[in-house]
Amino acid sequence: MIEISVNGRTQSVDAEPDTPLLWVLRDWLGMTGTKYGCGIAQCGACSVLVDGQAMRSCQVPVESVAGQQILTIEAMADHPVGKKVVEAWVAAQAPQCGYCQSGQVIAATGMLLQTPKPTEDDIAGAMTNLCRCGTYLDIAAAVKRAAETA
Amino acid sequence: MNSITRPSLPPGGIANLSRRGLLGAAGIGTLLLGFGLPTAARAQKGPPMSRHATAVAAYLQIRPDGTIRLLSPFVEGGQGIATSSAQIIAEELDADPAQFVVECAPAGAEYQIMFGDQVRFTGGSFSTRASYTTFRKLGATARAMLVQAAAQRWGVPTAEVTTSPGRVLHAASSRSLGYGELAEAAAKLPVPADASLKDAAQFRVIGKPTPRLDVRAKSTGAAKYGIDSAAPGMLQAAIAHAPRLGQEPATLGNEAAVRAMPGVHSVHRLPGAVAVLADRWWRARQAVEALEIGWTGGTLPEDFSSASQLAGFKAAAGGAAQVAETRGDLEAGMRGAAKVVEAEYDAPYLAHAQLEPPSALAVFAADGTLDLTMPNQAPEMYREVAAKLAGLQPGQVRIHSPLLGGFFGRHFLYDTANVFPQAIALAKAVGRPVKVIWSREEEFRRDAYRPLSYTKLRAGLDAQGMPVALQAVAVGEGPLGRHMAGFLANPKVDDSVVEGLTEKPYGIAHHRVDYVHSKQPVNIGFWRSVAHSMNDFFYESFLDELAVTAGRDPFEYRMALLAGSPRHATLLKAAAELSGGWQRGPYDAADGTKRARGCAMASPFGSEVATIAEVSLKDGEVVVHHLWVAIDPGQIVNPAIVAAQVRSAAAIGLSSALLEEVVFEKGEPQALNFDAYPILPPARMPQISVRIVESGAPMGGVGEPGTPGVPPAVANAVAALTGQRIRSLPLAKARLGTT
Repeated sequence: MIEISVNGRTQSVDAEPDTPLLWVLRDWLGMTGTKYGCGIAQCGACSVLVDGQAMRSCQVPVESVAGQQILTIEAMADHPVGKKVVEAWVAAQAPQCGYCQSGQVIAATGMLLQTPKPTEDDIAGAMTNLCRCGTYLDIAAAVKRAAETA
Repeated sequence: MNSITRPSLPPGGIANLSRRGLLGAAGIGTLLLGFGLPTAARAQKGPPMSRHATAVAAYLQIRPDGTIRLLSPFVEGGQGIATSSAQIIAEELDADPAQFVVECAPAGAEYQIMFGDQVRFTGGSFSTRASYTTFRKLGATARAMLVQAAAQRWGVPTAEVTTSPGRVLHAASSRSLGYGELAEAAAKLPVPADASLKDAAQFRVIGKPTPRLDVRAKSTGAAKYGIDSAAPGMLQAAIAHAPRLGQEPATLGNEAAVRAMPGVHSVHRLPGAVAVLADRWWRARQAVEALEIGWTGGTLPEDFSSASQLAGFKAAAGGAAQVAETRGDLEAGMRGAAKVVEAEYDAPYLAHAQLEPPSALAVFAADGTLDLTMPNQAPEMYREVAAKLAGLQPGQVRIHSPLLGGFFGRHFLYDTANVFPQAIALAKAVGRPVKVIWSREEEFRRDAYRPLSYTKLRAGLDAQGMPVALQAVAVGEGPLGRHMAGFLANPKVDDSVVEGLTEKPYGIAHHRVDYVHSKQPVNIGFWRSVAHSMNDFFYESFLDELAVTAGRDPFEYRMALLAGSPRHATLLKAAAELSGGWQRGPYDAADGTKRARGCAMASPFGSEVATIAEVSLKDGEVVVHHLWVAIDPGQIVNPAIVAAQVRSAAAIGLSSALLEEVVFEKGEPQALNFDAYPILPPARMPQISVRIVESGAPMGGVGEPGTPGVPPAVANAVAALTGQRIRSLPLAKARLGTT
């Protein structure tokens, strides 16, 4: 059994230690807001916050985050920075199909936690998740709005 | 898929087209329904109205709290159809669209509202234009029933009863009731056939940028997709597909060891694949990857490659051709020309690369009936095949159609590219619910790709350099002919190969499009804007070549050719205005880069589009700074959704122009994930400006039309900047330098 803290709750899971955090969240804990897109940390749909840092959970072995604070998209509406990001996302009408947007919201929240007043370069460096609907301009508008209110 | 509304289709009913694909070979017959489309449905000027337009109970449920559930014929996958449908109905119902909860309807005849009520699917940019009048009538009918119910309850004439959004009012007695309080009584009333529609001048919802209904759920992780579905007692399946299409599993070297891996339930041979079932998907995936599988056979030859397919098309180009479209006398026009220009163009296989990997959940109930949950664009078509595979009647199969994590044409019936036959076979085999998820790699292996294509173009120019004759010879095979042959207007011409070469707006006296059918062994599918996605690149690039040959500006050249087509001339001018006035360049930008612009027209899916692109070069790579897109869909429902769809469509068009290519070597696709198949990343996203022109023409599509103008506009800009003419996509293959 591995103990992990997800959204403030400690949970025990019987997964193999090298199981990616993504699949522990989705299959062991039934938290499907975090998405599987590529499995090789290319797309970012699986992003979660680990101790405030955005990480691509498909490449994070669950044993490596034992004892750390994991926050997923399900916690963002009640998170002091995350909720501002969510509101900015809604105001900018950023999502289309929405599948990548959990990861996008997490990436933006992670950036604002590290860098509350991001420059254009900070944003370009942090917001690298893929969106097949091409909502990048709307995401950029949402990030800007979130940075102004965060 | 323009052909479906083209006025040259023969009248017809429903034809059963039995075909044997891999599943057939494995002893499970597949059945595809082909639909001929009745002339009457196509002949209507405005959007057609379904006879189900008054089937209020099938579509709308007004709940006591005033929320309104719509069972929509269409599936939401980011295109905004749930919201725009709610807007149309809310307009006539007199309700607030924000009160709507929209779900995709199950399979059923009452939801088949397209093309004379024979079919429904979500695709071809058809949803809004195919349902606009039907949804208005639906809303008006429901409102009339609420008014009637209120009049009866209050004992007043219906003429004295009015509505405000969500409420019924009787002004004389200052009484009012919420729709939710009247819904039960209203539902018991006879359905009126004569509810009248509003005057468009009174619209308060249609034409407004109503916020999309699902944005909050999609920003908080609450939105559920097919891949998120679950059932009690469910096993999960991971798949290993044969490396080459048509190969079958022959040997499993270490099956016993794999069966002993954590969580593993069982190992199964499937047509063209091996599956492992486990309690968790990750465990199933680990196990299936550990399997030592020997494969045999293969329908895709071992020596097949994209390059060999292109060579095959080139060799076939001189063969027997069907005339897809003709005007004037091509050869006479060519004989009279002062100069003849020729060029060959090609475009590669493309993957859909929708971000949600495909899945299917199959659950057999105790009575033997089947629940299937999976991304799909056509519930009745899926149900037909699923029933056959499960040995059931269609009425014993319930199709659940969750939100799509992107689709772009991915989720039609595509034989080996569908997941649900595997889920049905596995659920049957183990007697438990089974969810199959294809890993990204297995998806790239078995996608139904945008076809590789090749076209020869030839033009005769007069002494002034203007084209008097133009011929396009399209070679290949399209998804319509492959998967939905019953939709073909003319069975000898696959419109999903030639659209975009046909129906051009330019005043060229002698014009002919020929089609040479040449099969390709790869599975092919509809990809956003279908044949327009390559043909508009071919044609509009070639037109640019003609302008350059004539020594004329490409924009002015097009304007001259559009003299007889004011709708298109207006639109091209609108795009130029949007870009601050046409200039081809090269010119020096304020940031020190040298830039140039290209333009292109396209007429996809009943809409018209003009696109201008601005590019520069950086380290031999194209940088696209700005796209200006003017679109005329005739009339629209939600300008914010239209603009969002145009930006999205332009982005995928740019992605295809710059980066995308599925390469086959030795019968296998080489790229199996986003590391080797890059899609447009945020860093390469340009600014996109959109202008919507509502000309009042019959309503056209919106989801796809923004795509096809982008590749030629970019390639034409590159030609303006570098003098290099790109005739083969993607641009990433070319070495570019400024002259």
